[in-house]
Amino acid sequence: MAAKQKEKRVLLQGNEACVEGAIAAGMRFFAGYPITPSTEVAEQAAIRLPQVGGRFIQMEDEIAAMAAIIGGSAAGVKSMTATSGPGFSLKQENLGYAAFAEVPCVLINVQRSGPSTGLPTSPSQGDIMQARWGTHGDHPVIALAPATVEECYHLTIRCFNLSEKYRMPVFLMTDEIIGHLREGIVIPDPKTLKIENRKINKKIPPFAVPKGEIAPQSAPFGQGQRYNITGLVHREDGFPTNSTTIAGELCTRLMKKIEDNVDDIIEYEERHLEDAEVIVIAYGGTTRAATKAIELARAKGKKAGLFRPITIWPFPAKRIQEIAKKAKKFVVAEHNYGQLVHEIRLATKDAVPIEFLGKVDGTIIMPNEIEELI
Amino acid sequence: MSKKLIIKEDWCKGCAICVAFCPKKVLDIKKEKATIVNEEACIYCSLCEIRCPDYAIYIEGGK
Amino acid sequence: MASPIIKKYIREGTLPHIWCGGCGHGIIMRNLAVAIENLGIDRDKVCLVSGIGCSSRIAGYMDFNTLHTTHGRAVAFATGVKVANPDMTVIVAAGDGDISAIGGNHLIHAARRNIDLTVIVMNNDIYGMTGGQFSPTTPMGDLATTAPYGNVDRPFDIAKLSVGAGATYAAKGSAYHVKDTTKFIQEGIAHKGFAIIDCVSSCPTYYGRKNKKGGAVEMMELQKKNFVPERLLERLEPEWIEEYDKTIRAMKGGK
Repeated sequence: MAAKQKEKRVLLQGNEACVEGAIAAGMRFFAGYPITPSTEVAEQAAIRLPQVGGRFIQMEDEIAAMAAIIGGSAAGVKSMTATSGPGFSLKQENLGYAAFAEVPCVLINVQRSGPSTGLPTSPSQGDIMQARWGTHGDHPVIALAPATVEECYHLTIRCFNLSEKYRMPVFLMTDEIIGHLREGIVIPDPKTLKIENRKINKKIPPFAVPKGEIAPQSAPFGQGQRYNITGLVHREDGFPTNSTTIAGELCTRLMKKIEDNVDDIIEYEERHLEDAEVIVIAYGGTTRAATKAIELARAKGKKAGLFRPITIWPFPAKRIQEIAKKAKKFVVAEHNYGQLVHEIRLATKDAVPIEFLGKVDGTIIMPNEIEELI
Repeated sequence: MSKKLIIKEDWCKGCAICVAFCPKKVLDIKKEKATIVNEEACIYCSLCEIRCPDYAIYIEGGK
Repeated sequence: MASPIIKKYIREGTLPHIWCGGCGHGIIMRNLAVAIENLGIDRDKVCLVSGIGCSSRIAGYMDFNTLHTTHGRAVAFATGVKVANPDMTVIVAAGDGDISAIGGNHLIHAARRNIDLTVIVMNNDIYGMTGGQFSPTTPMGDLATTAPYGNVDRPFDIAKLSVGAGATYAAKGSAYHVKDTTKFIQEGIAHKGFAIIDCVSSCPTYYGRKNKKGGAVEMMELQKKNFVPERLLERLEPEWIEEYDKTIRAMKGGK
């Protein structure tokens, strides 16, 4: 809270750490709707925001919460919502709006078992493909997946930074394992954090991208620019158009925001890849079992390593191709029926055999289950 | 400055609301557009202006 | 050239608008411009939010901070704008289907919170943009493309619905009753709390033609003959942001 606060150690739940990270990133508006297992994000935001001069609102439904944070961000305040499976489905239309209208915002999805209402209190990674393709039409996506409580803090900050820089919604794809886990974490001195704020230039059209820049630089509402934001195909000045030329150019520009900057956006973690013959690929909560499995395997003399995408979307295909050259086998573990494994297969073009371990019964993948496949 | 009744023809969609609610029968529709047919009778009451859905007719000057 | 009020508040080059000849929406849009002018509000601080449908196009035309959103969600987007920046005057313009069918939940909850928004309903009893389907305000027995044998649904009274949900200002205006409707819009914007002005518009193209109500003129005559403008309610009650900010002050938030 105080500006001169130094680094401190605290015990936090993953969901709470997301809120602390968000506040450190400058989030001052949260609109939410209760849903297990993400509810603690809203609860913590309700506690913390008035303490820092921000506002929390509990909306009437998931759709409204998504809409409200887009409005809040258009008015210039860093805004966030949180949800889980069914709520993520409901938010899709407005997520597409935010992507197309280039409104920065952050969504925390604490994934739970689906489909439908599923197993509300059980972990899952079943929304990975929905994060990529959930809303209609082609659109850019950035999604990150934390594996620890400390990462919930740091990756939420990164979500905001990416969101402001690229002017788009960014997802933190956490899961019930991480969301409800309590760990001691180090909260850094706020002065040491890198916080990105949106670039503003009122002298150019609101949706024009200056040469060498990544995204538009419109001012928040209320600062005299008086422009139009729409989910229709729009010109650089923000007004709708039926021009097929502009439609093509706009959609392409939005996709290229990501395609041209994958190296800036993509982050991953690698362990023991220098000698690994079997590479376990896992992300989010599943990483924890994978890490233990690799330890167990290496203790038995097996050369196992870990590749963990921290950025899920855009998918780190290039790096996967590189590591596939040296590996004898990939073991992919996910809490779903096989989602990210498709991207891995697509990237490697069967250059390396892939064993898939998926779980859709709401139980947690155990280290020995992964180890058996190594 | 004296008042003047102005019709902006390219915005007029010929709905005839102005014609119907003019108390002095100043207006008519010709070739699907509002037209001034009896300007001398106009009392510049603005009833045409405030009810024109297309802002195609208004009173200029005065006040 | 255009009249001074239009020149000032309608974005240059956007006229003629897309609304059909005789559509009441243009009249209601002008009323809003006059209301803002009369109130003397700095338009840099006005945010106009719309959803989807004929009414939603108002966002493109009016020279404010404009947010043209998704179908039914305008009130929820507007809530976000207002909570994030309470200094702004936030106005929602919506059609009858937009506000009371797909957006009905957002309407009643914004009214319940008594958050300081003004909702202007351009209510023409029909889904115009999609070609004349019945809406939650289409009278029973009337014809629509999806009620080819007569509408069996009972209609909403949107203003009364809002009062029931907790709105603290509610009025009914019409495209014909320009002076009263403009005054209501003005009062609604000036009102601290949730205000709704349900304005009878007219859709000669679909509703009028389908139901043999005549053209633009006849539909206006019907409003003149059958409709009485009415302020249903104006009272002060705790407003959402004012109440919330008491907590911020108690915690010395941000200090």
